[in-house]
Amino acid sequence: MNTTSRGVRRSISIAMAGSGGSGVMTAGTLLLDAAAKAGLYGLMVRTSGPQIRGGEAAALLRLAEAPVDSLDDGFDLLLAIDWQNIHRFADEIPIRAGAIVVGDADEGEAPEVFLRNGTRAEAVPLKKMAKAIPGSWTNMVALGVAGAIAGIPLEALEAALRRSWKRGEAALAANVDALRAGFEKGATIGALPALEAPPTDRSRWLISGNEAAGFGALRGGIRFVAAYPITPATEMLEWMAPALTKVGGTLLQAEDELASINMIVGASYGGVPSLTATAGPGLSLMTEAIGLAVTAEVPIVVVDVMRGGPSTGIPAKSEQSDLSYAVNGLHGDAPRVVLAPTSISDCLATTQWAVHLAEKLQTAAIVLSDQFMGQSRAIIDEPANTGVVAERLVAEAHEADYKRYRNTESGVSPMAIPGTPGVVYTADGLEHTEAGIPSSQSADHQLQLDKRERKLMTHDYGSAWADVEGEGELAVITFGSVTGVVREALARAAERGVKARLIALRLLAPALPERLERALDGVDRVLVVEQNHSAQLLRYLRSVYDLPGRPESFHRPGPLPLRPGELADAIVEWRNR
Amino acid sequence: MNPERVPGTLHDFMRQALQMELDAAARYAEFADAMETHNNREVAALFRKMAEIESKHAEQILSEMGWSEMPGPITARPAWEGFEAPETVPIDEVHYLMQPYHALTLALESEERAERFFAQIAEAATTEAVRKAARGLQEEEREHVELIRDWLSKTPKPDRNWADDPDPPRYTD
Amino acid sequence: MNDVVAPAEAGRKPLTAANYKSSYKPVWCPGCGDYSVLSSVTKALATIGVPPEDVAVVSGIGCSSRIPAYTSCYGFHGVHGRALAAATGLKVARPDLTVLAAGGDGDGYSIGGNHFLHACRRNVDLTYIVMDNHVYGMTKGQPSPTTEPDWDSKLAPGGTGVRSFHPLVIALASGANFVARAFAGDPNGTADIIAQAIRHPGFSFVEVLSPCVTFRPEQREWKQFVHPAAVGPTDDPARAARRIMTDDGFNIGVLYAGKRKPYPVGDKPATKTVEDLTAEFSL
Repeated sequence: MNTTSRGVRRSISIAMAGSGGSGVMTAGTLLLDAAAKAGLYGLMVRTSGPQIRGGEAAALLRLAEAPVDSLDDGFDLLLAIDWQNIHRFADEIPIRAGAIVVGDADEGEAPEVFLRNGTRAEAVPLKKMAKAIPGSWTNMVALGVAGAIAGIPLEALEAALRRSWKRGEAALAANVDALRAGFEKGATIGALPALEAPPTDRSRWLISGNEAAGFGALRGGIRFVAAYPITPATEMLEWMAPALTKVGGTLLQAEDELASINMIVGASYGGVPSLTATAGPGLSLMTEAIGLAVTAEVPIVVVDVMRGGPSTGIPAKSEQSDLSYAVNGLHGDAPRVVLAPTSISDCLATTQWAVHLAEKLQTAAIVLSDQFMGQSRAIIDEPANTGVVAERLVAEAHEADYKRYRNTESGVSPMAIPGTPGVVYTADGLEHTEAGIPSSQSADHQLQLDKRERKLMTHDYGSAWADVEGEGELAVITFGSVTGVVREALARAAERGVKARLIALRLLAPALPERLERALDGVDRVLVVEQNHSAQLLRYLRSVYDLPGRPESFHRPGPLPLRPGELADAIVEWRNR
Repeated sequence: MNPERVPGTLHDFMRQALQMELDAAARYAEFADAMETHNNREVAALFRKMAEIESKHAEQILSEMGWSEMPGPITARPAWEGFEAPETVPIDEVHYLMQPYHALTLALESEERAERFFAQIAEAATTEAVRKAARGLQEEEREHVELIRDWLSKTPKPDRNWADDPDPPRYTD
Repeated sequence: MNDVVAPAEAGRKPLTAANYKSSYKPVWCPGCGDYSVLSSVTKALATIGVPPEDVAVVSGIGCSSRIPAYTSCYGFHGVHGRALAAATGLKVARPDLTVLAAGGDGDGYSIGGNHFLHACRRNVDLTYIVMDNHVYGMTKGQPSPTTEPDWDSKLAPGGTGVRSFHPLVIALASGANFVARAFAGDPNGTADIIAQAIRHPGFSFVEVLSPCVTFRPEQREWKQFVHPAAVGPTDDPARAARRIMTDDGFNIGVLYAGKRKPYPVGDKPATKTVEDLTAEFSL
């Protein structure tokens, strides 16, 4: 199989497909759970047709001996409960040479596209086996088959099933039987190379990127969220709704994104760290009020779970095409913080950091997550708590000659929180004097623009600004979920004798020229990798940084993910040019 | 059936009967499409068949009456009560996981409603032509009822958990 | 009043509802009330007889907003909540078209709320059809403005606690010239109401109770609650307001048909050429 960048460890990839109530998402989720119980790592991506229920669907899993942050080049096992409309996912389920393709003989033959590459086609009477066990479901038989072939111990599969079961004892017993029957059958078909759970006593989590971001927000100190549903961010908000109540916060459903962004500006003005989450179309609507937060110096965090764009685009698929908008999209000169988590796990720490930065620098922080991270679930090592929290510089009561927007060396001015006597002020999106009085004077405008820029530029962002790994004269620069793919590609390229540095930017704005210069010390060629059509990261980097030589680009828009193999080939080819 | 609205002429009556068949056919065709889109092929095929059957009944009425197409609308309200014609399956009676047994049950119920409707027309008819035609259609519907009952008896009953879909709804916009 | 085209030119077959349906199969859940609304819209248009190419259906985002592609009329699937704005622009620029705006309760009353108020005020000759199922279906079940305050959901556990929106009263108070409530379980009745709405001059608003079988299965009970309005439509807004504010929410029929003049469109032919205007600048 394949190595991950963490050494000679391996992974297997399994796809489970089916339609019309066949329950493949549930089966996939249980398979991931079972892998977790068996001490393995992995992740699961879901894909489906446009129907709300009953549509064709597929669960795409990668299981490994070490944490994985992306899908692999192809699948080693495809198990289909039926083949209905599966051509919709053919692009997303590339089948490896020599893979096993399992179907139900009563559902017809596997489509040809999955049988190329010398795959082994097998048939299991999944439906009949389920029927023979009254009260049981076909997807449980399928889970057993897949689990056996994947080398997941039966106990782990059963434990996952029992833990999730909510429908009564009798039905549970039937489905355990179905699981066992499937497992027995699967064992006769064959096995993928066995994965070995690494010896570890580390505590691990099973979590999605959206949940991780929500939790990171709470850790950072967010206690007010305004929410408007939008694919693929809704689950983050739905996770936060009860969680916030538990920790004494509030979530308010807004009438639209114009309301939600203005609500969080209002709440934050009142002193409460506030956040909202949205996707491209919502971010577009929020722009004016993000500018307001920047100008009035009110801390806010906006999580943008990027999806296929532009406009309504491809709502349920991932893409990294909001970068330009996030770093440039405000009218006027309005610097703000833009961060991008590099993995599902990193959604937690990066969102937490965003809260800290927004609050400390009294500005807007945009977190660029994406649909892949947001809606996929992964087994991760329990992330350490970085301990960064909201630390707002607050004005003392009756501070002499208080000026809300007083110029300071750092650019950050103490913020008066309503309720504090003697430091009353009016926040304003109009340009203003240090006292906050609206002004059209050039001296005031210059001072405030300098101040708002300086506070971001002079802050010490520490080592989290980017992950800089490896050495050599070649550097690959990327951001967001593509980081995982690049890391893996670089490990493979290294095996082929090509060494390159990885620079995965976590802080996209403000640009830190000195830092990047140091990270690129000794580098004479740069390749920028990203998932969008117009090479947004490359263009942005060229606009704010000096890059050595002529930087090159590997970019492709969504909906298909970038894959480590193609990237490794591209890196080797690039080096050899 | 509303006795005050019982059609007075054969033309009016047969036009209503034709409307019933066309409405039923259109509804079954719609269901067939919806089932296909939701990967319920077996039930889709069944609804497609029912749509064909109802279309044939409509054609029979056209040929009996010597009509080449649907005659113009009548001004009187149709004799049936409720929102839709008696032979039309209501739009909310379907489920994406429904099984052939359910579909046939719906078809049976609609044929029974139709039979009852024609019986009531026959009772309340004020002209002999209408009474005769209504009895004739009632008889035909009775045959349909028998056919479907027979078909149903050969169709496996749904499992208790037919509506179980372990997967949550997905969203796409 | 729409400049409605006469039903059939000599030799042209009269249009039936089937002529207004496209070949795309809806992806709505089987049992969804929106199938019925689609059917009603096509029937209404056939009754009126305007050719499909002279009709535009403008929508926002959500399950109901998928409707344009299922008709054979010109369609515009815009952004969330802005169907009325786009429809207004279209009708004012092209008064010869028959313009329908359509969408759900989330799209129309939440994010679209502001545009809803102003469309009623402006009274442009359009017809707005809202398929109200008291939920955000497309994003998996969040409360909408017409959801009951105690409806439990993930985004608002225990219910929003916020009073539900009363769209018909708001429409009336804002100046809509035609206000009706329909029920998806009654496709013929709904078709009739929609036809009346299209024919009525000015802004016509039809709220269709359209049950969501997936997220609100209890709405299957609605067919037991709906009943025809006891009285015909009035043209007195105050009387209509009192009726609508005190009705049970299941009163079906045309409730208000007013006499406001629609927003004037296409009534000012050109009187000068562009070059004539240089007179203003010439010395």
